[in-house]
Amino acid sequence: MRVTLKIWRQKEADSPGFFERHPVEKVSEDMSFFEMLDMLNDQLVLAGKTPIAFDHDCREGICGTCGLFINGRAHGPLTGITTCQLHMRSFKDGETIVVEPWRAKAFPVIKDLIVDRISFDRIMEAGGYVSINTGGTPDANEIPIPKANADEAMDAAACIGCGACVATCKNSSAMLFVSAKVSQLALLPQGQPEREIRVSNMVTQMDKEGFGSCTNTGACEVECPKEISIIHIARLNREFIKSSF
Amino acid sequence: MLNSNVPSGPLTEKWTKHKFDLKLVNPANKRKYNIIVVGTGLAGASAAASLAELGYNVQAFSYHESPRRAHSIAAQGGINAAKNYPNDGDSIFRLFYDTIKGGDYRSREANVYRLAEISNNIIDQCVAQGVPFAREYGGLLDNRSFGGAQVSRTFYARGQTGQQLLLGCYSALVRQMHAGKVKFHPRHEMQDLVMINGEAKGIITRNLITGEIQSHAAHAVVLATGGYGNAYFLSTNAMASNATAAWRAHKKGAYFANPSFVQIHPTCIPVASEHQSKLTLMSESLRNDGRVWVPKKKGDKRNPAEISEDERDYYLERLYPSFGNLVPRDVASRRAKEMCDLGNGVGETGLAVYLDFEDAIQRMGRDAVTEKYGNLFDMYKQITGENPYKTPMRIYPAIHYTMGGLWVDYNLMSTIPGLYILGEANFSDHGANRLGASALMQGLADGYFILPYTIGDYLTGKLGESISTDHEAFKDAETSVKNKISTLLSVNGERTVDNIHKELGLILWENVGMARNRAGLEKAINEIPKLKNEFWQNVKVTGTADELNPELEKAGRVADFLELGELMARDALNREESCGGHFREEHQTEENEAKRNDEEFTYVSTWQYKGKDKPSELHKENLIFENVELTTRSYK
Ligand SMILES: Cc1cc2nc3c(=O)[nH]c(=O)nc-3n(C[C@H](O)[C@H](O)[C@H](O)COP(=O)(O)OP(=O)(O)OC[C@H]3O[C@@H](n4cnc5c(N)ncnc54)[C@H](O)[C@@H]3O)c2cc1C
Ligand code: SF4
Ligand code: FES
Repeated sequence: MRVTLKIWRQKEADSPGFFERHPVEKVSEDMSFFEMLDMLNDQLVLAGKTPIAFDHDCREGICGTCGLFINGRAHGPLTGITTCQLHMRSFKDGETIVVEPWRAKAFPVIKDLIVDRISFDRIMEAGGYVSINTGGTPDANEIPIPKANADEAMDAAACIGCGACVATCKNSSAMLFVSAKVSQLALLPQGQPEREIRVSNMVTQMDKEGFGSCTNTGACEVECPKEISIIHIARLNREFIKSSF
Repeated sequence: MLNSNVPSGPLTEKWTKHKFDLKLVNPANKRKYNIIVVGTGLAGASAAASLAELGYNVQAFSYHESPRRAHSIAAQGGINAAKNYPNDGDSIFRLFYDTIKGGDYRSREANVYRLAEISNNIIDQCVAQGVPFAREYGGLLDNRSFGGAQVSRTFYARGQTGQQLLLGCYSALVRQMHAGKVKFHPRHEMQDLVMINGEAKGIITRNLITGEIQSHAAHAVVLATGGYGNAYFLSTNAMASNATAAWRAHKKGAYFANPSFVQIHPTCIPVASEHQSKLTLMSESLRNDGRVWVPKKKGDKRNPAEISEDERDYYLERLYPSFGNLVPRDVASRRAKEMCDLGNGVGETGLAVYLDFEDAIQRMGRDAVTEKYGNLFDMYKQITGENPYKTPMRIYPAIHYTMGGLWVDYNLMSTIPGLYILGEANFSDHGANRLGASALMQGLADGYFILPYTIGDYLTGKLGESISTDHEAFKDAETSVKNKISTLLSVNGERTVDNIHKELGLILWENVGMARNRAGLEKAINEIPKLKNEFWQNVKVTGTADELNPELEKAGRVADFLELGELMARDALNREESCGGHFREEHQTEENEAKRNDEEFTYVSTWQYKGKDKPSELHKENLIFENVELTTRSYK
């Protein structure tokens, strides 16, 4: 098949960006979206042009490094997957595909399709942990945890920190991302001692980073590749209110 | 002579005794030491956090944007520990024994025993961090049997164990970053190790966004930079995983051990197109319930549903009645290759075998199968477009893990004083073959529970030592790094980095892969240096040194793989025996099983770099077994 990419180019953070068109021939349906980009990049290199920079690593949907806005949707047309899991069989022959980076104030573009998500790390630094040191911990089976709680904590913990929720939200809110960690630890006995201070510190940092506020549109949940539920946002809100008393 | 520094005394008391004998750094003095940790995967992040908690000043580096990203995150199956929660007869000694035996008696007894001892602490640590391991209805932790073990000792978090363990380390690390005890440098790639008076005292990095070359000094340097499976181009490793940090340390004097010991994982999704950029692992846990088979008739291209029971060869169950589908990885991989070489392979290329869940679905019900493997089935469907609930998966072996790595002694110190190597980057615990769910265990043992003790012994002697990046050793190293980069950019040839990398990968896969022989290895030793020349004369790297330049990053890494690849072949040629993942066709039994040569090869092959285009020198660490008897691995 043949596709045309209308793809975002930006030399560096401060330079203006623009769309560039690239026809790509001989695309096979079994190629992943990134393998199609690899092929295009190979051609660009041989022609002495600058290849398109994009972030990726595991190419199997778990590391959270990749993330492109494709035809107006975070991680492309399918739900429940990351950009690296997208295959060309999801596109039509002859289609023009628009490819952009995540766009959010708290995620400045570094180059082309690569953005800086270090703001996520700073939110985690503010409280996304249990304050214990290495060693001296009790036996792992000392505290039984109801399976349902452990399972729900795992649902939340599955967040890969990709930022699709932010990119897709009209307010660029990071609530889904933050709630996933708050919820995981609030559901587990290990998270109890710091339950209140954690949510309060993380939310404060989130606001400081310039993420917008949540107006409950639910768009994040739809585009989240790990299908993190907005139930966790509700829990974050309850936790936050409790912590302010 | 290589001194492994294994303490004397009975096996079960070595580590306890050693911890007592190690010199301690006074708590008030810890803050006077700077330690560099390169790599923040499981091994590096656990080490960096634990060292900072003790009071040391840590500088951590990763080429990733965040310590939440690392190849470790992709581990699916689980992590072993000798808790014996299921009451099925596990013990520290059994985990030790299984690991030694699984490694085909090519690892160091004392290290492996310590690993088994520490395994239980790791689980306690992770649970305390809030890692949501799978649980039973009664609220206690669930265990499963994994990768050829006959006890259930594997802890897991759905199919995302590596992710949850790494996020646990990450949480400990960000806590120390917040406390100001760890300074993390994202998107910084180590380019060289800096030595002063023969000891490791710093590193040179490239800032991957700006291209800036920087020097960093410290009292000790820790590398936890992962494995080198990507030398083969196609592997299950993350795209950026590479050998550069280890290789450049090797060139500065750190010996490289067992470079030819690589693990080929039996259950990966087969190659689909010439543009394939990586291979995806289907967790080994699938072999607990899936059955491996090929059609009895060669070249049988019928739809699997049309092939009746008696026309199928469940070859693992046939050849290994007691272990069946759960034989270790090396055995399962080699047998799959054999079936395909005989012409019984399936799929378009004939390079695949079936992994069938029909029986499991009938026995356990579809829901139970979904509960256990749902995400893996989804992943398979997403990649291949086929539904494994309806038709068997097609799988084929792929490069997965490297047992070889920089040589370390019992303290995890390399042959360079002050340079420590952790995780997959070292050679230590898995011998010639790693058991499933043991890499996560080893990385975390190294980082949480071993290095924080052993590094103090070296540091005590260095109190008050001041190291400055003004030292000429730093200036020299910076200059050589800059020169190397500008050479890469100036070749301006006609082949892309990936194109040359693919060729290297093919040479290695065909000659230093699942089955090796003298002629093939000699061919590789002949071809790789030629390809290396081709690279330096004909590679094309676009862009400049002072910008984010992924092509330049790849070029530097492939330059190192080209050198390492040759050493892998030389090591495989030297080892005239078959053991674990190293299968030399000249050395097999009549039943095509690996034939070890304990008489001559019960040693670690350790290679010293002797300079550009000079052959490396082999040093041997003889392995002494006092507690287990060397037997032939049998899984019949
Ligand atoms: C798909 C898959 C599934 C697996 N499943 C399991 C499993 O179920 N159980 C199990 O026990 N094992 C499993 N393994 C193996 C295991 O995941 C790895 O061996 C282990 O995670 C390696 O951890 P590490 O910390 O040593 O290295 P890595 O996680 O590879 O981390 C390397 C770190 O070093 C950094 N780095 C490297 N070079 C440089 C440089 N030059 N400069 C700066 N930073 C650098 C990287 O940025 C990264 O932070 C699996 C492996 C794969 C591929
Ligand atoms: S909540 Fe979902 S979309 Fe947001 S960062 Fe996590 S995985 Fe990505
Ligand atoms: S590259 Fe890892 S999630 Fe896409």
